[in-house]
Amino acid sequence: MAANFALCSPVRSYKLSRGFGGRLLSIQTLWTRSLYTTGSLTSKDLYWNDRYNENEKQFDKILIANRGEIACRVMKTCQRLGIKTVAVHSDVDSLSVHTRMADERICIGPAPTSQSYLQMEKILDAVKLTGAQAVHPGYGFLSENTKFAAELANIGVQFIGPNSKSIFDMGDKIESKRIATKAGVNMIPGHDGVIEDADHCVQLANEIGYPVMIKASAGGGGKGMRIAWNDEEARQAFRLSSQEAKSSFGDDRMLIEKFIDNPRHIEIQVLCDQHGNALWLNERECSIQRRNQKVIEEAPSTFVDPAMRKAMGDQAVQMAKAVGYDSAGTVEFLVNSKKEFFFLEMNTRLQVEHPISECITGIDIVHQMIRSAKGHKLLHKQEDIPVDGWAFECRVYAEDPYKSFGMPSIGRLSRYQEPLHIPNVRCDSGIQEGSEISIYYDPMICKLVTYGTNRTEALDTMKKALDSYVIRGVTHNIPLLRDIITEQKFVAGDITTKYLQQVYPDGFQGKKLSDQETTELVALSSALYISDEIRSRQFTNGSKLQASTVTESKWDLSVNLVNEIYKTTVEKITNGFQVHVGNSTVNIDGQMMFHSPLIETTVDGKPSQFQISKRARGGHYKLRFLGTVFPITVLNNFASEMMKLMPKKKEIDISTVVLAPMPGMLKSVSVEAGQKVGEGQEVCVLEAMKMQNSLTAAKSGVIKKVNYKTGETVSENDIIIELE
Amino acid sequence: MAARLTLSRFILQNFNKPIRCVQRTAPLRKYAVVAGTTEHTLAVRDRIADKRKRALLGGGQKRIEKQHQKGKLTARERIELLLDTDSFVEYDMFMEHDCTDFGMENEKYPGDSVVTGRGKINGRLVFVFSQDFTVFGGSLSGAHAKKVCKIMDQAMLVGAPVIGLNDSGGARIQEGVQSLAGYADIFQRNVEASGVIPQISLIMGPCAGGAVYSPALTDFTFMVKDTSYLFITGPDVVKSVTNEDVTQEELGGAKTHTTVSGVAHNAFDNDVDALLQLRDFYNFLPLSNKEPAPLRKCTDKWDRLVPGLDSVVPLETTSAYDIKDVVNGVVDEDDFFEVMPDYAKNIVVGFGRMNGRSVGIVGNQPKVAAGCLDINASVKGARFVRFCDAFNIPIITFVDVPGFLPGTHQEYGGIIRHGAKLLYAYAEATVPKITIITRKAYGGAYDVMSSKHLRGDINYAWPTAEVAVMGAKGAVSIIFRGGKNQEQQEKEYVETFANPFPATNRGFVDDIIEPNTTRKRICQDLEILANKVRENPWKKHANMPL
Repeated sequence: MAANFALCSPVRSYKLSRGFGGRLLSIQTLWTRSLYTTGSLTSKDLYWNDRYNENEKQFDKILIANRGEIACRVMKTCQRLGIKTVAVHSDVDSLSVHTRMADERICIGPAPTSQSYLQMEKILDAVKLTGAQAVHPGYGFLSENTKFAAELANIGVQFIGPNSKSIFDMGDKIESKRIATKAGVNMIPGHDGVIEDADHCVQLANEIGYPVMIKASAGGGGKGMRIAWNDEEARQAFRLSSQEAKSSFGDDRMLIEKFIDNPRHIEIQVLCDQHGNALWLNERECSIQRRNQKVIEEAPSTFVDPAMRKAMGDQAVQMAKAVGYDSAGTVEFLVNSKKEFFFLEMNTRLQVEHPISECITGIDIVHQMIRSAKGHKLLHKQEDIPVDGWAFECRVYAEDPYKSFGMPSIGRLSRYQEPLHIPNVRCDSGIQEGSEISIYYDPMICKLVTYGTNRTEALDTMKKALDSYVIRGVTHNIPLLRDIITEQKFVAGDITTKYLQQVYPDGFQGKKLSDQETTELVALSSALYISDEIRSRQFTNGSKLQASTVTESKWDLSVNLVNEIYKTTVEKITNGFQVHVGNSTVNIDGQMMFHSPLIETTVDGKPSQFQISKRARGGHYKLRFLGTVFPITVLNNFASEMMKLMPKKKEIDISTVVLAPMPGMLKSVSVEAGQKVGEGQEVCVLEAMKMQNSLTAAKSGVIKKVNYKTGETVSENDIIIELE
Repeated sequence: MAARLTLSRFILQNFNKPIRCVQRTAPLRKYAVVAGTTEHTLAVRDRIADKRKRALLGGGQKRIEKQHQKGKLTARERIELLLDTDSFVEYDMFMEHDCTDFGMENEKYPGDSVVTGRGKINGRLVFVFSQDFTVFGGSLSGAHAKKVCKIMDQAMLVGAPVIGLNDSGGARIQEGVQSLAGYADIFQRNVEASGVIPQISLIMGPCAGGAVYSPALTDFTFMVKDTSYLFITGPDVVKSVTNEDVTQEELGGAKTHTTVSGVAHNAFDNDVDALLQLRDFYNFLPLSNKEPAPLRKCTDKWDRLVPGLDSVVPLETTSAYDIKDVVNGVVDEDDFFEVMPDYAKNIVVGFGRMNGRSVGIVGNQPKVAAGCLDINASVKGARFVRFCDAFNIPIITFVDVPGFLPGTHQEYGGIIRHGAKLLYAYAEATVPKITIITRKAYGGAYDVMSSKHLRGDINYAWPTAEVAVMGAKGAVSIIFRGGKNQEQQEKEYVETFANPFPATNRGFVDDIIEPNTTRKRICQDLEILANKVRENPWKKHANMPL
């Protein structure tokens, strides 16, 4: 593996840089800004290991039954291969990126997915109308709908994905487990029945192998559930748990199964054709999750060694073969601390996080899917699949990371700039500056992928990419992503599926700055303020009374950061600033201009970037530093002294109002003005992102005013109801 | 004459009564020395130093502390915050009131209840007066008024703006008509200076009774939240006359004036914030009507494309969008200083820069009341347009207006008269006028919003523009009165009018531009129009429909 690595990487990086540059230019002329930003990915050099026969037949026209980034992703491969593309879109998506990117476009209905992207009939009509020969379903929507695949087959159109039977079999939990067992895939061991007594429990535990979990058959909520690591504990656990179960549920029947300690979610990408060939494209580590949704993925996994990789790969391929799989798919495993892995389920579609597998294998998975749908044989052998370098994927979502690791937010991307100027960055997105993140669709903004010859390199690139990613207009989760990728445990690769809860037990609170980072930020904001002051005087006209230019070259300032005041002294030096903060001196090289949200400078010789999220006059700035937005006020010393005399503003008493916690539609309003309500009483229901959120009164009182009616949409922090 | 009289009396008094006055606060002085001796010279120096020291203390340490307790700064602290460091040059620090009634002759403060002078904001000249609440509650005496008038006169003389920091209990009642005369002297100068130099008022405390009219006459009135009030009569008088219970804040606080009355143009969190923001605001304004709009070094590329604008107008013509997305996208550095952001929100006005040059921006706001023009919006827009025109600031207008707001409330309120103000202002303006029709331009409102017919210099339409007399439904019911096939007819109407062609075909719109090129086009045009020369016919003054 290592040899492969060393051989491939230099060649590849050379090709990549060439590919990026050349492609960028050619596409820039063809497409609008955001399209070429992701356009560079169609560079063939990214897929240096992709294989096909020059003369093999291919589809002439493919319809993509999806939207957003995945539709764009599929279209890029089609464009590269010269395949015509058809987009289907809802009416609000009429001008979206995927719609404009396609050669043909068909509107299939209004915004709600149930009336558009999930409307099988309308998509079938679009297929007939445009004469597309195949349909790529992307992920979600109709991608795992066997009826859709069957309907397409009826009209002689190829579904680009696995055959209906394997979708069906794998979609059924029991059936998939049965097939997996038969195929010799590791299952989570357990006993198919009730434990008879303590001795039986120990016997079973030894058969299964420690640690084991002993739980009440009627249990729930952790009651009557215990983990045992040896015989003695097993005995005790059985005794205590069955007593507990008896008293709690009146039922002392106990079950036993393998306990997966420190579980990791690791999955194997497989690629199969219709000729019985199956390959595994290494693993992806997807343990960083919230509410069972992945946040950060990487390939390969720090936890998987070559032997384990092969074992997992072999089992995944066995599984695929057993089910007669013939496309790209993913076999998910749960892995414990002893590197034992157990089958979870198989996903019969292209996965969101497929790009990281592409990065380390050089294979265009979408292309291979299309090829195998056309009936071509895979041209790779297992030994042709390397683990070349390291790749990370951060899912950039329009959501508020400070609310349970991510509550959806909506808005218009007033400024949007992907960090594609950084080498080895790939952005899979389906939006551009001006796009609207609406309540109708997935709030994912982009899949930000970085790669490098090793993990550290890929991580460093990711840091820079996240810092340079300009997103304004919607709340996004970059603060959280940026914090995770520098968090000690993550950097060490010591992660489990419970990572977020363990590392942030009280929820994510924003980046905690170290002393050094604080000094850097304070210095940067001081220099920014002085840059602002200087340019505020650079008038170039005015007949008489010409503005005098700044003559000072040294300023004393007070920087208020997170309610701490730091005294600084800024000196203008030739090419930047020297800032004294406390006992340390920070040298900042480079100009700070206000037209670009992203400011790149050199701090003490090291490149550093931060963003101006907002310049609010009067020395107030919001700066995005290390991912998190910090409100900062910079004042001269006199103004700072004066500020101390200013009264503290009274906070709005939020107990007297009911605010919308997120944007959405009012499903119902159950109170009216003048009505008495008790504390905790439901006053309205807000539907947002398909979730019904009950909003309650924070105190007892009389309703003063109801500002919105049922059916109306509200924005975040709108006051829905006021109490007296 | 009267002024001279008071002046001489003032001198007399100062000459006669200094000892008594000083003795009150500093009894151990040796002033009674023989003229011409060394001692005398030194004594005068001492007196000067002493007066200077007392002037700097205003009403004394106790009152300063009281002022601070109220969350307010002193007159001098405010000036120091507003102006560039060490740039303040004070006038009339030794001036004192000349009232001899009610024992006032025993209570004198050098400089009286206002601090005046000149200084610089970001290197540009400005004249300032700052009322001192610690001296007689900042009340306006004859001396106070004279000091203010002096700097106003000088500002007019050299062509530089005047900023007033108001914090005054009202007239100096002890002085009677003298105080009223002082007010009128200031009013007269406010009016004379109007349109010659920019005048800005920042209300930082009470401002009641006749005093309110000076800010009302100035170009911009800003307030400080929670600590400033503007009203003709206070809550007590209101209570006694109308039996209405109302608090100071409700009657004339910052919220009232920025949202309901439209008297104030914006409000800031506290004294420090207000003064610092005012510095920023000042940078948008020229020093006088003889100066061009300020041009500042700009690093934002003039030809920057703004791809976000291509999708800002929703596909459905009935859906709203935020015109500020357009404004912020177009101006330099996303930097837009909105004027009256909380009043008549259906029109957005404010200052921005295009390639470094200050511009005034007016835009209908489709997000609020569909962006229609009503009484308040018309008045707000008109005043802003006239300011820009008076001070050579080019006007950029974004049009998405479905018309004037119908209804008895509006008609009875005089929408005809008030709507005419905006029309008048645009028609009268001779500064460069660039108009972009982003979507609807219906009816009379189309004419009003800086149309070609009102001497718009450059008029553009976005591809989403619709220029028509009215929307399809209304039009069809008139054109095809009683017609049966209404849907078909509506469709026909939409085909004909719901696009930019009717206007472009006639030359009423110069070009249809891609939204993403808007910034580039405006910057180019402003460059060309910088040399625009147009003059209105000579008149004593116009008679706008007030």
